[in-house]
Amino acid sequence: MSEIPLTHILFVSTALFFIGLYGLLSRRNLITMLMAIELILNSVNINFLAFNRYLHPDQLHGVFFSLFIITIAAAEAAVAIAVIINLYRTHQSIDVEDAGEMKF
Amino acid sequence: MMHASALAFYVLSAVLLVSGLLAVTTRRIFRSAIWLLFALVSIAGLYFWMDLEFLAAVQIIIYVGGIVVLIIFSIFLTQQAGTLLPRPPAGRVLFSLLSSLLGFVLTFRLILLYPFQEHPRLSPDISVSAIGTQMLDSSRQGFLLPFELISILLLAAMIGCIVIAMKTHPDP
Repeated sequence: MSEIPLTHILFVSTALFFIGLYGLLSRRNLITMLMAIELILNSVNINFLAFNRYLHPDQLHGVFFSLFIITIAAAEAAVAIAVIINLYRTHQSIDVEDAGEMKF
Repeated sequence: MMHASALAFYVLSAVLLVSGLLAVTTRRIFRSAIWLLFALVSIAGLYFWMDLEFLAAVQIIIYVGGIVVLIIFSIFLTQQAGTLLPRPPAGRVLFSLLSSLLGFVLTFRLILLYPFQEHPRLSPDISVSAIGTQMLDSSRQGFLLPFELISILLLAAMIGCIVIAMKTHPDP
């Protein structure tokens, strides 16, 4: 692990973050947008753990932050899917453009 | 001659980026979920590569075993089989691509300019018992309060999901 510089790991996590951002901006289906958000949260987790292992290897704080982020991501996915299913029940569609009643 | 662990890192990263890219670009939503699954498994592989076995296990259990299965269920509940997602308009693709690329270049340039002080490895104790001891420690170094808060958050999210997704019967 030590022969890989930290910037290579940061390259991977940055690329993953912006891949997720591309998906979030270009798609209009709620489930695919949720998947893009999961990719973004995972790239942040990689960052926390890489900083923990490379910059402060005697501590565990990055591990705890990642654990809490994973927990919150699980709660967020569950709530989002409940909302998506409820939206499908009322609109027969999960495209964000079709749910515009509360816009403006 | 590249070391085996360095090779493992590059292979895992390549699998991660390619499957992430396919997950956000494929027009079949079920394949998109499967590519997301591959990306999450290769992230777990990266955690194994960083010697974080507990985090890798948590990643596989919660993401692969929980969230992806939940997403696949909701795909089955809300999508007609065999339909492709509509192709996004060219203007939106162009601007998403442009903002992602510009953001990536800007962020990675900042990362390259920052002088990171990498420490030599100090043989850290990252066993499950060390993580658990510090997690439930009520001293200054412990994470007992966030642990309790997050358990309440999970309870609230669970009740919220049930209330949101519950079928409401119209009043007679």
